[in-house]
Amino acid sequence: MSTRNECIGVFAVAVCAAAWPTLAGAQVGAPGLGQPVSVADAAAWDLSIQPDGTGLPAGSGTAATGAQLFATHCIACHGAGGVGQPNDKLVGGQGTLTQFQQVRTVGSYWPYATTIFDYIRRAMPFQAPESLTNDQVYALTAYLLAENGIIKAGDTMNAQTLPQVKMPNRDGFIMAYPKRADRGRR
Amino acid sequence: MTKTTNPVHEVVAGNGLLHRRLFLTQGAAVVGGGLSLLAAQPVDAEPLAVPPWMKAPGTHMSAYGSPSKYEAATQRFVGGTPNVVGSGVSFTPHHKLHGTITPNSLHFERHHSGVPDIDPAAHKLLIHGAVRRSLTFTVDSLLRYPTVTRIQFLECAGNSGGNLSPMPPQAPCGMIHGLMSCSEWTGVPLALLLEEAGVEKGNEWVLAEGADAAAMSRSVPLKKLMDDAMIALYQNGERLRPENGYPMRLFLPGYEGNMNVKWLRRLKVVNAPTMTRDETSHYTDVLLNGKALILTYPMEVKSVITSPSTGLALKGAGVYEVTGLAWSGLGKIRRVEVSADGGKTWGQAALNEPVLSKSFTRFRMAWHWSGGPATLMSRAIDETGAVQPTRASFIVERGERQNYHNNSIQAWAVAASGEVSNVYA
Repeated sequence: MSTRNECIGVFAVAVCAAAWPTLAGAQVGAPGLGQPVSVADAAAWDLSIQPDGTGLPAGSGTAATGAQLFATHCIACHGAGGVGQPNDKLVGGQGTLTQFQQVRTVGSYWPYATTIFDYIRRAMPFQAPESLTNDQVYALTAYLLAENGIIKAGDTMNAQTLPQVKMPNRDGFIMAYPKRADRGRR
Repeated sequence: MTKTTNPVHEVVAGNGLLHRRLFLTQGAAVVGGGLSLLAAQPVDAEPLAVPPWMKAPGTHMSAYGSPSKYEAATQRFVGGTPNVVGSGVSFTPHHKLHGTITPNSLHFERHHSGVPDIDPAAHKLLIHGAVRRSLTFTVDSLLRYPTVTRIQFLECAGNSGGNLSPMPPQAPCGMIHGLMSCSEWTGVPLALLLEEAGVEKGNEWVLAEGADAAAMSRSVPLKKLMDDAMIALYQNGERLRPENGYPMRLFLPGYEGNMNVKWLRRLKVVNAPTMTRDETSHYTDVLLNGKALILTYPMEVKSVITSPSTGLALKGAGVYEVTGLAWSGLGKIRRVEVSADGGKTWGQAALNEPVLSKSFTRFRMAWHWSGGPATLMSRAIDETGAVQPTRASFIVERGERQNYHNNSIQAWAVAASGEVSNVYA
């Protein structure tokens, strides 16, 4: 019995001595199976746009072009001019956030203009997401901004101009993280 | 058996709430005495007959089981968005369930553009952005990584939102509070994968994106991902269901459901929140002053009585088990209290073991219903000391209008008829 226990003890020491030096510099316990990809290949999958404009692609568009695209791709769900029905209202609602019937639209609520491009490109039109060109997405973004009175009808939206647009409700948000989050209400 | 006090008669709060010892003693003391309240009265004069299912063999084994046909009504409530198939919610019918684990077929759903039909052999997870090595992981490669397993809840930020409307919705418990479920999740700690990619200093955020048609995306603090997040691959022992993110989803214990991105295909390390549509125009809390809370992540301490509740009428005066669920996105449940008199007095409920962090805890309370009107409520306190707020205090800052993150107390009124209804108390 005691011989057997001693053997186990010796074996454990030997394993530790052999294993620690090699594991110390690498990741302990992970097989390391990630396959490297080039930055260019990763970019082909990258759909997200940061509020500072990082990620916005080349291309441009205006509200006039956007109006035509809206009539073709968006009007069935969002109504003429983006007034809503049967789905989300996209235009108007400014000044309603303190009322019982809040009307949260792109114009009344969304804090960043870059989100419009990001969301249309990734998710719209609902039945055919990622089917529009970047020029078309810029044009629809310009249309919604112009309909909400945030940019002028003739303004061109592109990677330089879009992040400069200040949304009406830009300062309407209180960051809960990390100040209010990750703690209990005491 | 020789206790001097009779726990059955030990009333701890108004309108008939009894000491939790009634349950904690596993019935031993009850057998010894106090049967006056619990003893069944012989009412069935029919002779006991041998049932037909004992007179012939039953059916064969099955490759994948299903519930009894007599439980066919135990289903999710499926809601939708007009004009768009695949966008909407389905609710877990908590008033028909017990324990703490939600069956996979009844886990709540929230989809933004339907459930994608993903071939796992053609699915990859990309980790890129501010990392030293951009990497992809196949499903098979992730199945080789060390795993963690935890029993934890998932709750949609919109859960219980109906109770913020001016009139209490008259619906079963699951239709009001069913956008939450609890499972045993198994997956790969995200810290392992982020360390493999090598996060560059000064970048505290990660954009997570799904492979659904909405490419649903959310920003997550790097700190949370390095703490207790996982890439979930299994739910209650089997691979994820398609509606819960097959073949892989992000799981962020305690954080609002929407952030737990399903069908996960991309994680991009960035230096600031991406401010996606779902973290700006949705899942933000507009206050009465017009300002809105944004990036409100943990689902705070909460409980709800699942029985009795609307649709589960009491059948005559006597002893009942009041039971429900308690949970907190900030840790363990420390205590649950139950009231039968609309919050005037409270008694401490028994908590079923184990009490786990960021998980459902089942509570039980013995109640002797006199047959008169009663208002049942539960309130939970978590290990941080946070107390579940009353509805009246919750709406002070937010008003009685559509909003997220409602963790206020649910009240069920029991009428003399035994019918139960949703009330604001």
